[in-house]
Amino acid sequence: MHLAYPAVLAALLFCVGLYGVLARRNAILVLMSVELMLNAVNLNLVAFDVWLRDTLHAGQSLTLFVITVAAAEIGIGLAIVLAVYRARGTSDVDRLRDLAEPPAVPDPAQLPAEEAAA
Amino acid sequence: MITLAAETRGFLSPAGVEIVFLLVGLVTLGAAVVTVTTRQLVHSALWLVATLGGLAVEYLLLTAEFIAWVQVLIYVGSVVVLLLFGLMLTRAPIGRSPDADSGNRPVALGVAVVSAGLLVTLVVDAFRSTWIDVSPARGTTDIMGAALFRHWVLPFEALSVLLLAALVGAIVLSRRTAPSADGAGEDR
Amino acid sequence: MNAIDVIVTLLGVLLVFLVLPLVVGQTEHKVMAHMQGRVGPMYAGGFHGWAQLVADGVKFAQKEDVVPDGADRRIFQLAPAVALLPYLIVLVAIPFAPGGGVGQAIDAGIFFVLAVMGAGVLGTLMGGWASANKFGLLGGLRTAAQLLAYELPMLLTAASVAMAAGTVSLTGILDGFEWWWIPWQIVGAFVFFTAGLAELQRPPFDAPIADSEIIFGAYTEYSGLRFALFMLAEYAGIVVLCGLTTVLFLGGWHGPFSDSVGWLWTLLKTAVLAFGVIWLRVTYPRLREDQIQRFAWTVLIPLALAQIALTGIVKVVI
Repeated sequence: MHLAYPAVLAALLFCVGLYGVLARRNAILVLMSVELMLNAVNLNLVAFDVWLRDTLHAGQSLTLFVITVAAAEIGIGLAIVLAVYRARGTSDVDRLRDLAEPPAVPDPAQLPAEEAAA
Repeated sequence: MITLAAETRGFLSPAGVEIVFLLVGLVTLGAAVVTVTTRQLVHSALWLVATLGGLAVEYLLLTAEFIAWVQVLIYVGSVVVLLLFGLMLTRAPIGRSPDADSGNRPVALGVAVVSAGLLVTLVVDAFRSTWIDVSPARGTTDIMGAALFRHWVLPFEALSVLLLAALVGAIVLSRRTAPSADGAGEDR
Repeated sequence: MNAIDVIVTLLGVLLVFLVLPLVVGQTEHKVMAHMQGRVGPMYAGGFHGWAQLVADGVKFAQKEDVVPDGADRRIFQLAPAVALLPYLIVLVAIPFAPGGGVGQAIDAGIFFVLAVMGAGVLGTLMGGWASANKFGLLGGLRTAAQLLAYELPMLLTAASVAMAAGTVSLTGILDGFEWWWIPWQIVGAFVFFTAGLAELQRPPFDAPIADSEIIFGAYTEYSGLRFALFMLAEYAGIVVLCGLTTVLFLGGWHGPFSDSVGWLWTLLKTAVLAFGVIWLRVTYPRLREDQIQRFAWTVLIPLALAQIALTGIVKVVI
């Protein structure tokens, strides 16, 4: 098999994932696009392993490690997205612009007591 | 064991492998494009299943059999289920979602097309006369097991520590905090 | 590889896939009935209601195909197929007789079987979400959480058997089987069977489809042929689980005169296990969802790890 087939497929998949990461707004869709990019890299690694036939089987072993790390990343990523959704009510990456929660606003129901005390 | 694996004849002829690879590659690429363009969130996850399944078939064609089944087991069986969980717990609607795409779509398309052109030109030019030989099967479970536990033991063990850290981290992150005074910990 | 051979093999697997679940279903009707002091179906087919499930199949096939109004049509319609196909594919790889008695001998044996079965959870999840029904969504989420949790004990105990045999190929495991593996892997057998029951959402692990809590979970909005396909998936799953447990832990076709009647031994052992599955349904009350999760993570996984440790020690010593 010509090596160009898997290599070109991997390059195109990577660019499709790149478009997804840049164009998508929902955090989970961004995570999906990152998975696409990682899979493109895996295909490249496997194709090169079959081409080079090295004794270490480096390509396929690294593919397994990438799959493992991707699974761990998805687990943590989704936990973060769910925590953000619970705290902010949205999982839009465009709307996540605060690095901290805003300071607490004084409760309107308590104002008369403060005015009476002041 | 390894010579036995080397003697197994493939099911398809070499030309057949190329043709099937090309066809499955087209399907995979199409599914990936739909994944990143559809505005229906759960459909996007299901097209991702098609993409990952297509890639598993590609791995089988490249005789990386162990990796193909790991791909199905981990990606299709667990990662996509987790993604679907995430979508359902963040109230993904049935039908089109208005917040699926941001306003950067033209710029993103430009960047993706330019990098695609660059990478494909580079790759085709660099590998224009390189052929790979798939006939002695290279990715069977015995071969991969021997390689992993002979040459790659340290990264393997480091990865298990990483997975443990990820597991503990995910549990800590998804614990509901005790209800605070302003109710920030509540979901509704 | 002859094309005729391939077609005959596939037809044979399809026949087994369509007939054995119906036999298990009919057995369930009758066994449950007798254990509960009644007689079960008696009219369909004349003699003790043997054709009850055939009659049920005809009934389901002639029902109206209803898709709920707000549902996602295509995913709703696709979900039963996605839940059913993995069991058909897995049946191809299970050996039932010595000397090539298998649909297709797959080198990655156990790995292939468990990977494809793991993909079946998507069907229920799709069905539950696409139904546009709160109970469906809750049921789908419960199903996904349960199936993900119980995949791990199944994988670990299957890995223990693979360690004992030195190969992941199912035919290779049966070729290397010795009688003393049964006591050696007994803990693994118990863990695998229990985890498999939870994978199939059979009682006592049927909280995701608990009719007294969430109507019918992910399958609430399904009726007619699609509902029948989900039920066929459940019974095909029972056949596959019992077949797998037989092959991995009970020696499959091994037994006296296994050269000629090996397939009969496989069938007998599978039937005994299927009877056990049915028996458990009428014996134990349903576990709560949190009890199910706790059982998986704090009981089954440590037991599976202990089994792997035992297997490793014995392999090194012997």
